[in-house]
Amino acid sequence: MQKIEFVPRRTFLAHLVSSSAFVIGARAGALDFNGATTAELVSAADKAAWNPNVYLGIEPDGKVILIMHRSEMGTGSRSVLPVVLAEELDADWKRVTLEQAIGDPKYGSQNTDGSCSIRDFYDTFREAGATARIMLERAAAAKWGVPTGECKAQNHFVVHKSGKKLGFGELAALAKQQPVPKKEELKFKSSAEYRYVGKELPTLDRDSLTNGKGIFGIDATMPGMVHASIERSPVFGGKLKSFDDKDAKAVKGVLQTVTIPDLKGPTMFQPLGGVAVIANSTWAAAKGREKLKVEWSASPNASYDSAKYKQSLLETVRKPQKVVRNVGDVDAEFAKGGKTHEAEYYLPHLSHAPMEPVAAVAEYKDGKVVCHANTQNPQAVQDTVAQALGIDKKNVECHVTLLGGGFGRKSKPDYVAEAALLSKAVGKPVKVTWSREDDIRFDYYHTVAAMYMKAAIGANGKPTAWLQRVAYPSIGTTFNPAATHAEPFEMMMGWNDVPFDIPHHRAENGPAKNHVRIGWLRSVANIYQAFAVHSFVDELANLAKRDSVEYLLDVLGQPRVIALGKDYINHGKTQEQYPVDTARMRNVIQLAAEKSGWANKKPTKGRALGIAAHRSFLTYVAVVTEVEVDDKGKIRIPRMDIAVDAGTIINPDRVKSQFEGAGVFGTSIALMSEITAKNGEIQQSNFHDYQVARMNEAPMIVNVHIIPSSAPPAGVGEPGVPPVMPAITNAIAAATGRRIRELPIKRQLA
Amino acid sequence: MIQLKVNGKVQQFDGDPEMPLLWYLRDELQYTGTKYGCGQGLCGACTVHLNGKAVRSCQTTLKAAANQNITTIEGLSATANHPVQQAWREHNVPQCGYCQSGQIMQAASLLKEKPKPTDADIDAAMKGNICRCGTYQRIRAAIKQASGQKAALQPVAKGGK
Repeated sequence: MQKIEFVPRRTFLAHLVSSSAFVIGARAGALDFNGATTAELVSAADKAAWNPNVYLGIEPDGKVILIMHRSEMGTGSRSVLPVVLAEELDADWKRVTLEQAIGDPKYGSQNTDGSCSIRDFYDTFREAGATARIMLERAAAAKWGVPTGECKAQNHFVVHKSGKKLGFGELAALAKQQPVPKKEELKFKSSAEYRYVGKELPTLDRDSLTNGKGIFGIDATMPGMVHASIERSPVFGGKLKSFDDKDAKAVKGVLQTVTIPDLKGPTMFQPLGGVAVIANSTWAAAKGREKLKVEWSASPNASYDSAKYKQSLLETVRKPQKVVRNVGDVDAEFAKGGKTHEAEYYLPHLSHAPMEPVAAVAEYKDGKVVCHANTQNPQAVQDTVAQALGIDKKNVECHVTLLGGGFGRKSKPDYVAEAALLSKAVGKPVKVTWSREDDIRFDYYHTVAAMYMKAAIGANGKPTAWLQRVAYPSIGTTFNPAATHAEPFEMMMGWNDVPFDIPHHRAENGPAKNHVRIGWLRSVANIYQAFAVHSFVDELANLAKRDSVEYLLDVLGQPRVIALGKDYINHGKTQEQYPVDTARMRNVIQLAAEKSGWANKKPTKGRALGIAAHRSFLTYVAVVTEVEVDDKGKIRIPRMDIAVDAGTIINPDRVKSQFEGAGVFGTSIALMSEITAKNGEIQQSNFHDYQVARMNEAPMIVNVHIIPSSAPPAGVGEPGVPPVMPAITNAIAAATGRRIRELPIKRQLA
Repeated sequence: MIQLKVNGKVQQFDGDPEMPLLWYLRDELQYTGTKYGCGQGLCGACTVHLNGKAVRSCQTTLKAAANQNITTIEGLSATANHPVQQAWREHNVPQCGYCQSGQIMQAASLLKEKPKPTDADIDAAMKGNICRCGTYQRIRAAIKQASGQKAALQPVAKGGK
């Protein structure tokens, strides 16, 4: 069974960088995985005069080719990760060209997900650059007949202490013959020597994203391609009963219809099945589809009603459930009969709604598939397409386009398999473009969740006991229909790692069944889990009539590292390397408070600040937001201050942009976004009823404050989102006295 | 037969007159800088200029575009150096970039009508253009800069690669 890849392939990385077989190992990988490597499957770096590793090629003219194996969906990873290699190589960034990798296991994981492009490949890219640099220096030393220690790479040249120099290109052929340095021989630059790391370099795609030339999945073409629009069962699990395509075929430009088989077995990334209308244009395919008459068989999910389901989730969390973390004895503390406080929270399904819906063009020919897709994970495309067509995955060549947003949706390549299946059926390349309605109605939805919280209140209003209980259909159900409880990677996202200093503390997780496809959306389980935890702690602060920041710091306790045991999977990283460190949490809280002017901005009627702080994706984030609520309950967010400790930073501007964006993404979740179902059908279909923040609704300004750090790099794309929602509702509570426990807020304050 | 001008070039079309201009631009003329986002005039990703004014190409039929002047992002400036594009680059506005053609076309249209827009003017003109990455504050700053007004945010990326 296909497993979700939240844990990096450390064994691969270890193999790639730790042995002296660095060069050979990577090259052998290409042969192992690709069999007879064809010309098309060789990258520009592979073909270069010198190809020290899979990510790098150097040509005699000095051209440095870097291969980017991660997808670009707006996080800037394509423009940032290669800088790490170029920096250690000491290449001139202006002479670097970048090529987007096709899907190929030789690159390590290409699953651009989980905010891990930098943190999982930082060491690899540094080592790849430093290794090649040393070989260039050795080559120059050999050529000049001088000790290597007298030669130093500098901005695309190797310079001898006498001042003579040779370009990287001139040295490439000789460098290729040098012994590959062992890992312990590698020396890295000091931060004082950095040319690019830490600088706000513009993104590589800045021009093509402002002149219309950038090619996204929806823009990809293949010669002779036809277009498909696919009608799917409105209820998840419904099977095709019958269809009449007479009127559809009468539409000008429609060529034929093709049936895509019903989904069988675990959902995984399989196509949903349905009836495809094939036409000579996107428009004709869509028009033809409107004329299809399709009947679907009843699905076991046809009774799914999200309003009723909400009640069942709430009932689940009102009863004791599976314990996932236990400190002290919560029950004994509650039994003492002192003051307690309880609250229930609820968050709905969400849809990813990237501005570019999923799209792919694929051609099946002679047992092989070539495809172009806006995918976050070309290796999953290889697996999924291969499985759908019954071919070997080495016969699936996946080219990655730019992605018009992803947020997790585009790691699931069901749409690429649709295009490949249809191409096989019609004998031509087929382009599949999901409409916005398809996107909203057939998503891998962010799950729906209910949380119950209870605390015993001790001296000074501080909790002496804390119980937290959650239930939601797990992402695990997408891979294993029998799954009932959350996966460990979901529990690690702000549930079994709450860093508060409370003597009695228990976290529980109850069962829940899925009725739609469940997927992961930017920051995943942190969204609801962090909302409950950081709303509840603020409720306790309010009850104690204490300042929210001061109270939060008090509950967080003295600076310390919290040992969470081996069940806490910490994004696949050790707790030694990436500890849960409350000192770093305190720092971001204090910085956000200071920068926002917390101490001097006391709440007034309808206007106040709110705070929430959360560690996710190994990054510490505190958000202070200012909120205004008018007499009609309309909410305005004039300003947000976000303090971030993400460890080592490569490009501060791209870090800032991610947290600016998180402020807006979180605002959508807090204020307006919601997916509901009735009779098993999703009730939203486009941006009129699945609303996301527009310019006039978004925070007017999001100030991002980065804590300088030499700690290992952590995540950036996602960790800004979770604290935004509770910061907003905490501010609303301060401004109005109204505690929001359900999202979205919509008209709750009216 | 429908005749129209796209980016200064005369084009002729004899297909379905009800087809939205969006799909004609993308599928037939390969001006793929104009993006599909919703097909309902809800998101602004498909914004182009019709006789210099921003319209949603997903809501503009070929029939309605007949004999009109259409400008897409590719035709906004021969050198891609329209002041709005320059400001966009200097503020490093795009994240994924998908909505930015529409944002830029909308902003260029706004500045033609209101050379010195206020924040309220910017909200009113730009609220139809969704950016899911959340680049709004940089869009606002870039519009202010392109209009010669002081922006709250300083540009970050004056230099080249």
